[in-house]
Amino acid sequence: MENNSNLIINHTAAAEKTKISVRNLNFYYGMHQALFDNNIDILEKQVTAIIGPSGCGKSTLLRTFNRIYQLYREQRAEGEIFLDGENILDNSVDILELRRKVGMIFQKPTPFPMSVFDNVAYPLKLHFSLSKSEIIDHVEKALRGASLWDEVKDKLKKSGMALSGGQQQRLCIARAIAGEPEVLLMDEPTSAIDPVGTLKVEDLIEELKQEFTIVIVTHNMQQAARISDYTAFYFQGKIIEFDITEKIFTSPANKQTEDYITGRFG
Amino acid sequence: MKKRGLFFRKTTNLAVTAASILTVGFALLFMGWILYTVFDNGFRSFSWAFFTEPTKPYGIPDGGVANAVLGTIFITLGAVVIGVPPGLLGGIYLAEFAKGNKLGNVIRFSANVMMGIPSIIVGLFVYALMVYTTKTFSGLAGSVALSIIMFPVVLRTTEDMLLMVPDALRESALALGAPRWKTTVNIVCRAAKTGLTTGVLLAVARVSGETAPLLFTALCSDSWPFGYFTQPTSNLTITITEYATNSPFPEMHTRAWGAALIITAAILILNISCRFLFKDSRHGK
Amino acid sequence: MENSKKQLISPDAADQFFKITTAVCALLAAVVMFGFFIQLFWSSIPAIKEFGLDFLTSSEWDPVKNLYGAMPAIAGTLVTTAIAVVIAVPLSFIVAMFLVETAPPALSHTLSHAIDLLAAIPSIIYGMWGLFIFVPFMQDHVQPFLANTLHLKIIPLFAGEYNGFGFLTSGIILAVMILPFICAVMRDVFRMVPPVLKESAFGAGATSWEVTLDITMRYGARGLLGAIFLGLGRAVGETMAVLFVIGNVQKMPTSLYQAGTTISATLANNFAEAQGVFRSALFELGLILLVISFLIQVLAQFWLNRVSRQMGEK
Repeated sequence: MENNSNLIINHTAAAEKTKISVRNLNFYYGMHQALFDNNIDILEKQVTAIIGPSGCGKSTLLRTFNRIYQLYREQRAEGEIFLDGENILDNSVDILELRRKVGMIFQKPTPFPMSVFDNVAYPLKLHFSLSKSEIIDHVEKALRGASLWDEVKDKLKKSGMALSGGQQQRLCIARAIAGEPEVLLMDEPTSAIDPVGTLKVEDLIEELKQEFTIVIVTHNMQQAARISDYTAFYFQGKIIEFDITEKIFTSPANKQTEDYITGRFG
Repeated sequence: MKKRGLFFRKTTNLAVTAASILTVGFALLFMGWILYTVFDNGFRSFSWAFFTEPTKPYGIPDGGVANAVLGTIFITLGAVVIGVPPGLLGGIYLAEFAKGNKLGNVIRFSANVMMGIPSIIVGLFVYALMVYTTKTFSGLAGSVALSIIMFPVVLRTTEDMLLMVPDALRESALALGAPRWKTTVNIVCRAAKTGLTTGVLLAVARVSGETAPLLFTALCSDSWPFGYFTQPTSNLTITITEYATNSPFPEMHTRAWGAALIITAAILILNISCRFLFKDSRHGK
Repeated sequence: MENSKKQLISPDAADQFFKITTAVCALLAAVVMFGFFIQLFWSSIPAIKEFGLDFLTSSEWDPVKNLYGAMPAIAGTLVTTAIAVVIAVPLSFIVAMFLVETAPPALSHTLSHAIDLLAAIPSIIYGMWGLFIFVPFMQDHVQPFLANTLHLKIIPLFAGEYNGFGFLTSGIILAVMILPFICAVMRDVFRMVPPVLKESAFGAGATSWEVTLDITMRYGARGLLGAIFLGLGRAVGETMAVLFVIGNVQKMPTSLYQAGTTISATLANNFAEAQGVFRSALFELGLILLVISFLIQVLAQFWLNRVSRQMGEK
């Protein structure tokens, strides 16, 4: 199963474990095919950035990792995606448990219409049977983990929708990590928030990779260069190039990649 | 952390889904039952005489409902003539001159509240206003009552439809030097033409089946509705009421079903054609 | 002609005239609304003078002695409305949820149209169906089943003789009538919930029921409340769906099987023959109904406005 494609890199730090491996993934929106024969390995506790022009399929790829695409009847995926060796596209995989293991952050902050505390406690109450004090502890831990605790510890009872955009996004990150997932999917997480908020989220991602495997879709190439360890360049539903971030941004092997990162198209 | 069992959550979800399908089925069954009854009983009364002869006085088994059909048309058209122009103009005010201003909000609020006032109250109001003062029931009074019900509906739909016209269109007309009123009437209203027509037709559909406001205004009669301005005027809904409740004769019940089918079918056809009309115009854009 | 007009009236004056004309027309809404209160109050004065506040609490109804009390009609209105709302609200909620969350798009689309059409059916049709079909059905099947098979007759609510007419039957028919109406508003509220918010909850591992309960319902709470009040408003003032099946007797409700009356049914039944104080008493009943439905509509608008403002912020 290893190295059956030239797009799977021979990484230098060979000790790193593969967390997600995608094999021959094709994706369809009804009759329209969005992903073509994707193969990619995502390493554990690393930040993998996915870049490419809009509409190239980068969000689509992300949405297969927690099977959120299945909310829409006309969307379907073919191929295999292994999470720790288990094919998550297989129907026998429990979708609720999969989504606990694979958290997702969206482009726009999505605080639920409830208090800050209840937002973070939501996945805890959903997936675990905990006492009240345990929940309180875990909420604090998650908020600290998202570097939000100091800012919201006095307004835990306030509506999550009352926070600033950047805080809302970190609240969503806190909520995503509260359920103790293994993978975090981020779909352009800073595109709807201000520069200060963006900076804080980027710093946070740096910290989070100690514990989680992070896959981030971004439109912002500087961001990809700043925060990721590996970068995949997507174009028209295909993975054009996948390598260590530094290499992609300094000496890309592919002409299209070079054109994109130098701003000649996209 | 201790995991919660998935079984309970999934079973609940499944149970709710099953319950919702059952409920939908149950609701559809009731609705189907009602419509089936109306169509089944209604068709039985249809005959040439039913559509061509007027209603006969109490106790005479034959006769049709032609005068009631015509009366309902008169009363509804009267309501359109009285209620639609101010509704359209008022809607223009709300959309063009009162975006978010205080007076506009008061009017919007009043119109919304007015739409929820029971129609029998409107009947009482018009009775005191017109029937009591002129000492006679009349089709015209019925039209006034229906126009009061139509007015807020037309007002709000006109506003909604005009707001859908892009501002760029207004600006380009004004930039050519056209006065505001010409811009509004010639450009904005014309662009929203289909929407406005749909709104008026839906309002017509809504009032043409009203009964309660006619009880105290148009009343009922067995003659042709040519005394529209000065006499009680026959109409379908009050005829249904009379035939269904004040009569022990099965033939009259049958005719009440027939009248019920006419009014139901007319309203459904109006509604469906409105939907097609509006959908087509939106696709066209 | 066109030219001379142009010289006589400046474009500014024409615009001003146009604006004022449209404003006057729009103002009719507030004026007529206000007019309802003035007119009904004015016509109620003789009854108010005659009975004072006792009118509200008295349950006497004696046209011979010319004594009238509003209590049975008010109580009957509240009872039938309560039955209707208790039945229709959960059902509408579930149907709306099915339409938006569960049903495949084609089915959802079709059912959605069907509901809009059903909401347009005139209330007299419901009344007629009630009288000829549903009353006998209640008498032969539902009422004996509830009273005898389920032994509910030991509860006073279901005790006493039954003949198909009465509060329970009226309430159920009202429920059937307002169901498509509430359902249509609830469906629109459900649709206003941003898809990304729902995706986010699904992404956290929630089941679709959990998403509805925790996200959709909370997000749309005010809109759902508004929908309930709109339905309430319909049921409270409805005449024709109730008139034929309520039984029309001026009696305080003691059992759901009993015949009674509502405000609108009392008006429809008695207005034609009423004279003098009797007529004025009926106007006062109308005024009471106006006040009740006005308050309901104000609350409905309040909640619905709050929800659309909340959506506007997004």
